[in-house]
Amino acid sequence: MKSDDTGAPSVPLVEMRDVSKYYGNIRALEGVSLEVHAGEITCVLGDNGAGKSTLIKIIAGLHRHDAGDFRIEGRPAKLANPRDALDRGIATVYQDLAVVPLMPVWRNFFLGSEPTKGRGPLRRLDVELMRRTTYSELLRMGIDLRDVDQPIGTLSGGERQCVAIARAVYFGAKVLVLDEPTAALGVKQSGVVLKYVAAARDAGLGVVLITHNPHHAYLVGDRFILLKRGVMAGSHPKPEITLDDLTREMAGGGELEQLSHELERAPVPDHLGGHETGHSA
Amino acid sequence: MSSTTTQPDDTTDERLLHRSLFSRLLGRPELGSVIGAVAVLVFFGLAADSFLRSMDTVLYAASTIGIMAVPVALLMIGGEFDLSAGVLVTASALVSSMFSYQMTANVWVGVAVSLLVTLAIGFFNGYVLIRTGLPSFIVTLGTFLMLQGANVGVTKAIDGTVTTKSIEDMEGFSSARAVFASTLSIGSWDLRVTILWWIVLVALATWILLRTRAGNWIFAVGGGGPAARAVGVPVFRTKIGLYLGVAVGAWISGQHLLFSFGVIQSGEGRGLELHYIAAAVIGGCLLTGGYGSAIGAAIGALIFGMTKQGIVYAQWDADWFWFFLGAMLLLATLLNAWVRKRAEAAK
Repeated sequence: MKSDDTGAPSVPLVEMRDVSKYYGNIRALEGVSLEVHAGEITCVLGDNGAGKSTLIKIIAGLHRHDAGDFRIEGRPAKLANPRDALDRGIATVYQDLAVVPLMPVWRNFFLGSEPTKGRGPLRRLDVELMRRTTYSELLRMGIDLRDVDQPIGTLSGGERQCVAIARAVYFGAKVLVLDEPTAALGVKQSGVVLKYVAAARDAGLGVVLITHNPHHAYLVGDRFILLKRGVMAGSHPKPEITLDDLTREMAGGGELEQLSHELERAPVPDHLGGHETGHSA
Repeated sequence: MSSTTTQPDDTTDERLLHRSLFSRLLGRPELGSVIGAVAVLVFFGLAADSFLRSMDTVLYAASTIGIMAVPVALLMIGGEFDLSAGVLVTASALVSSMFSYQMTANVWVGVAVSLLVTLAIGFFNGYVLIRTGLPSFIVTLGTFLMLQGANVGVTKAIDGTVTTKSIEDMEGFSSARAVFASTLSIGSWDLRVTILWWIVLVALATWILLRTRAGNWIFAVGGGGPAARAVGVPVFRTKIGLYLGVAVGAWISGQHLLFSFGVIQSGEGRGLELHYIAAAVIGGCLLTGGYGSAIGAAIGALIFGMTKQGIVYAQWDADWFWFFLGAMLLLATLLNAWVRKRAEAAK
């Protein structure tokens, strides 16, 4: 469905084939494959310790993969650091690391890529451009900020994520990697963020959405990669899987049933408030 | 200063009117120190008759702290400390003095060598901090102790006493004194050249902080290092630069000491690092980094100067200076914390 102007089949923006990563003798990731296409959202789902963070770190340039094939726009990728990844068009928005809370929104928006004017000792920040652009870019993403001077820490968690996403879009990212963008957010805020994720997709970006929430993933995702203890537990395009299947696969199917069984029978320990069961009375 | 720049029309929003001038002022890091400075001025103005007529000596006392408080404030905004800043001033003066004397060189040669050595020590602080990942408190405490020992030890080994030989009759001394330690009389006031150095440094630091990329990076590495690194800010380079800035301040202060007196007491400088940090904190710098201003640090230094001279003019025991200073530090920090909370809630 994705093809460029010449009609030839499109090259994925990011392609991984059997990528593995080891930390010493620990297998963090093994044989993971995924494709990210322009205008599509690829969701990576998994529980804690499933290898989601490792996967992100490889794509973001923080770690090198040990085996397998990692290509960006068809060319083998050897990323030395996050700056390298940014230069190749991959922007990563981390859950907690997206912004510097005490700095004004406009300074955060351009952090690391500040526009300047003048030359020599008079080279200075183009403050007016920075403030104007921050305001209009956020407005384009649907955030009507009343004051770009307010410290970004005074924005809600969802808004902060949105600023980080808007920043990546503005700086010409082709691939947007989002690390658990909704994990710390309430239902409404999560909805706001997912809307911007969809907006980024509509702007033609390839999106990698890392999450452990199948409901959020299913709302926006085009294909789903399931990770479990460092290996792929499944890879499905959206038409081939229902939300229920996704949720069950994600939760580990049988494991969940066993858990519900255990929970039914297990007495509540004292230190967890077991007296309410009459256990300590 | 974002509050003084003119807003482009298309970002002006009618809701901005709700944020009054008052709440904008509350948002400035310097506010607490300005209130404190006015209070100290009024207090000593009433307590000591000659206080207000002696602003030249007050400004001189303030400038000797202020020249260092400015780069120390920048460093603190960048999230780091420098406990070696006080003895670095003495070290810088000693290098300059001893090199000129021992080599029988023009004192300007000593001044240049001193700059290189002082910058090297600043670089050492920054480099060790980055390479080891140790807290700056530990790294610079180490440098502080080493310098304190080396200052006296080397001076004793070369000159036989704790005081350097006078270089007052050496070539270039008078021109160096003109640059680092001259006095300009305007009316009844004798203004020392350190006041000029101080003002230039405050202006330069404010320009860097608010209007350059480096300034943006300083706020960012102090306020959120990992986030800054993730968006491509050169964290290492920024921190090294900040330590070099402290070294430049120490060099200016050291040369001032040397060319004021011609001799240097090698044991001096201990404890001054806390004065610089206190001035920066009174001026609104957060100990945790990411927030503060050069102008605030300058006002903090002014409070130092006023308190120090005010106590002299009021003819009190000089030890009360410490009491006053401690009280100022506590009050200013509390006021700053309160103001910041108000400013953030006011939106």
